[in-house]
Amino acid sequence: MRHVIVIGASLAGLAAVDGMRRSGFDGRITVVDSADSLPPDRPPLSKQVLGGTMSPESATQPMAARLDDLDIELCLGIGATSLDAASRRIALSDGSTIVADGLVIATGATPRTLPGALPGVFTLRTLEDSVAIAAELDLEPQRVVVVGAGFIGAEVAATCRSRGVEVTIVEAQDRPMQRVMPGSIGDFITTLHRDEGVDVRLGVGISSLLGSSRVAGVKLTDGTVIDADLVVAGIGVTPATGWLEGSGLELGDGVVCDETMLAAPGVVAAGDLARWPHRRYGEHLRIEQWDNAIEQGGYAGRRLVSGSAEPFAPVPWFWTDQYDCKLQLAGRVAPGDEVRVVDGSTAERRFVALFRRDAHCIGAVAVNRARHAVQMRAKLSEPLLWADALAHFGVDDR
Amino acid sequence: MRITVDYDLCESNAICMAILPEVFEVREDDLLYILDEFPPEEYRSKLEEAVRRCPKQALTLED
Repeated sequence: MRHVIVIGASLAGLAAVDGMRRSGFDGRITVVDSADSLPPDRPPLSKQVLGGTMSPESATQPMAARLDDLDIELCLGIGATSLDAASRRIALSDGSTIVADGLVIATGATPRTLPGALPGVFTLRTLEDSVAIAAELDLEPQRVVVVGAGFIGAEVAATCRSRGVEVTIVEAQDRPMQRVMPGSIGDFITTLHRDEGVDVRLGVGISSLLGSSRVAGVKLTDGTVIDADLVVAGIGVTPATGWLEGSGLELGDGVVCDETMLAAPGVVAAGDLARWPHRRYGEHLRIEQWDNAIEQGGYAGRRLVSGSAEPFAPVPWFWTDQYDCKLQLAGRVAPGDEVRVVDGSTAERRFVALFRRDAHCIGAVAVNRARHAVQMRAKLSEPLLWADALAHFGVDDR
Repeated sequence: MRITVDYDLCESNAICMAILPEVFEVREDDLLYILDEFPPEEYRSKLEEAVRRCPKQALTLED
């Protein structure tokens, strides 16, 4: 393999480059991205940049400072428009085509939007989005409606509220972060936001945006009208795979890979758009998380140039910061799992809770208890008996 | 080889501790402690991984 093209210069793409170089690959690497500048580090976009405590230019990816070491040809402002996977021929938006020996697909995802776009209605994905919303907050809006209480929505709500703005969260599910959290932890997040003065509306959707020249409010599916001069939608993302239609790759809510992130011979995928069968959990996962992008990207890069690898099967882990709470979750959790607080309490916003399925502990959440979150993540890399997990915290199984 | 942490950036996410507990320890007070500021060469690749995966980019490895 002499020439690898990486499509996407965000976290997963550059982590793949790093993985290739660490494997000793000294061939040519071309990185293309449709963005005009190197994509930012995303976690601060809904937190510090939005909150005005970090300058936008400081939100740089971990690999940004090491671009020279990585020895790449970086082509910004150029996107891939189509691929023929069998010949690894890529058409680019500048009209050129390239044939590569290896390909890393890391084009990420794009945010879903509310129907009926109006000025004053935003999504948050790019640095420009974050800067634009922060500028709106500088104008001291009367009320912000945040649609969706997933990661982005919950963090945006917390950041806006911390800036003193009145905030309403509208979430169609019964609980915040329902996709990734068991119910009682979702309840903790609801209580956290309400205690901070956020108006949290659950189990209700948006039926329409109100306003003519600019958003003036939202109408909910139960008929309620909420006045708002700023609306931020955090209603999920769609894998950016449109350019891969007809490529020969299997698409299905992302790029479908094998256990080693291989999507086709000489083609790997990583990051928000990569779906792969996780050997340990016996199901296909697609993970939209920062740490996964780094770990999976690095793995995919090594896999591509070294040709063989153990299956990619890490214990998922993520964190979110809301108000004074740093919440970390390790493991693979379903809404019906039993939850047991084993350390601290939700009332003091400092606790560890374990998740049980049958005889095993399958996950842990820690709020302001980071050391326990990472220790549990390490333990969860092997099957962990419930009793053993409790014993780690000095708790009897009763 | 020297590993340092910028405590203005560090949020004690403890990722580094997961990667190399011999050098990084987040204690009950939620602060990160560097157990060995001049760690042995055998830890280099894990130190580099810790630097790379710190969500706050608070770690620096110098030769």
